[in-house]
Amino acid sequence: MSFAVQALTRSLNVFHLAGSACNNCDIEILDALTPRYDLERFGIVLVGSIRHADVLLLSGVFNKKSAIRLQHLYEQAPKPVVVVAIGACACAGCMFRESYNWYGKISDYIPIDAYVPGCPPKPEAMIAAVAKLIAKLRGS
Amino acid sequence: MNPAVIILKALIFPGLLFTAVLGLVTSWVDRFVTARVQMRVGPPFLQPFYDVAKLMIKETCVPAGGSTWLFLGAPLVGLSGVTLGALVVWSALLFGGRGFSGDVIVALYVLTLPAVGVILGSFASRNPLASLGGSREMKLLLSYELPLALAVLVPVMQSYAAVQSIRLADMATQLPVASVSGVLALVVAILCMQAKLTLVPFDAPEAETELTGGAYMEYSGPPLGLFKLTRAMMLVTMPLFLVTVFCGGLDVADGVLPALLGLLKVLGLVVVIVLIRNTAPRVRTDQAVRFFWGPVTLVALVAVGLGMMGL
Repeated sequence: MSFAVQALTRSLNVFHLAGSACNNCDIEILDALTPRYDLERFGIVLVGSIRHADVLLLSGVFNKKSAIRLQHLYEQAPKPVVVVAIGACACAGCMFRESYNWYGKISDYIPIDAYVPGCPPKPEAMIAAVAKLIAKLRGS
Repeated sequence: MNPAVIILKALIFPGLLFTAVLGLVTSWVDRFVTARVQMRVGPPFLQPFYDVAKLMIKETCVPAGGSTWLFLGAPLVGLSGVTLGALVVWSALLFGGRGFSGDVIVALYVLTLPAVGVILGSFASRNPLASLGGSREMKLLLSYELPLALAVLVPVMQSYAAVQSIRLADMATQLPVASVSGVLALVVAILCMQAKLTLVPFDAPEAETELTGGAYMEYSGPPLGLFKLTRAMMLVTMPLFLVTVFCGGLDVADGVLPALLGLLKVLGLVVVIVLIRNTAPRVRTDQAVRFFWGPVTLVALVAVGLGMMGL
C-alpha cells in the first residue's frame, strides 16, 4: 500500500452536495456525522469548501441545470477525489426516472466510486459503504 | 554563532520541525478534548499527522485570475512567522536563557505574521467569500493587538522593576501571575490568544457554516497543509509564549520534572481555550471589535495601572 493511499484513506474530508433532494438522505448523512456514530474516529470530517474535500457526497436527482454545476464542482475538486452517490435518487433516479427533468444517470457525466441505495439509506449503510470504499482504495 | 547551527536550529530544533510535531500533537489535544465535551470517542492520536500528510499529496488548485505567486507564497509568510516566533521563545527557554533585550517585542511582532499570511492569501484568491474572510481577519487583528500589547506590558514592567531586564529569558524567572495586575493581564491575554488563533467565539474569518472555510476557501493540497501546520504551530506557540511571559516559563534548567510541569502549564492553557471554543457561540466581527476595544482594553489598562503601582 502506497503512502499516498494510506494518508488519503485515513483522512477523508467529506463535501456534501444536495442536488434538490427531498432532505431525507441529507438528514441521514448528518446523522452519520453525529456523536452517536462519531465518524471522526476514522478521520472523516465534513468540510465547507470543495477545495478541501476528498469525498464528494451526492444526494437527490440532478436536473439539466444542476448537472452542469455538479460537473463544475467535480472539476474544481483537487484530485484524487472519490464520489459517493447516497440514496435511491442519486443511484438510479428513483421515482423521478421517467420525469421530464431527469437528466440521465450521474455516472454518464462524472465517475462514481460507490453507490449507497436506500430511501433514505441508514447511517450504518453509509459507514459500511465508506469501509468498502477504503478497502477498495487500499486494494485489499 | 556558526550560520549552519543557526539554520539547523531554525529548521529542526527548536524551530520548524520540533514546533510542528508539538503543534500537531497539541491540535490532537484540541480535537480530543472537543470530542470528549461532545461525548464522542474522538480521532486517533496521529490524526493531525495523517491530515497534513494527505494534503501534501493532493492536487494544488490555483484560481484563475488570482495572483498566483501571492496565493502560493502567503502560506510561507505565515509559516516563517510562526517558526521565527517559536524560535525566539524556545531559545529563551531552552539554551540557558539565550536572547536579547526586547526579544519579547520581536516575538509579539512575528507572531502577527500568520494572520498577515491568511489575509494576503485570501485576497490573492479572487474569491468573494475568501476576501470577506480576509477582511474579517484584518479587523480582528486590529482589535486584539492593542489589548494584547497592553497585557504583555504588565510582566515587562514587573520584570524590569525586579531584575532590570526585558529579555524573555529573565521574564521567565518572574511570576507576574502571582500579582493582581498579572492575573488581570493574563485573562486579557488569554482572550486575545483565542482571537489570534481564530477559535470560536472569534472564528468569523473562517466561519465554516457561513463562509464555507472563509479565508482558506480556495486553498487545496500542500498550501492548505502549510496553513493547517501554521495553525497547529500557533496553537502551541501562543500558550508557550504566555506561559513564558506570565507563568514563570518551563524551568528547563532545574531538571526534567520541573520542565514537564512547565509543559503541563502550556497544556492547561490549551485546554482552557479549547473549553472556551466548545462552549461559546460565534460573535459577529463588530461585536468582537467592540469587545476588544471596550471592556478588554479597559481591563488591560487597569492591569497596567495596577502594575505601575506595584500591585
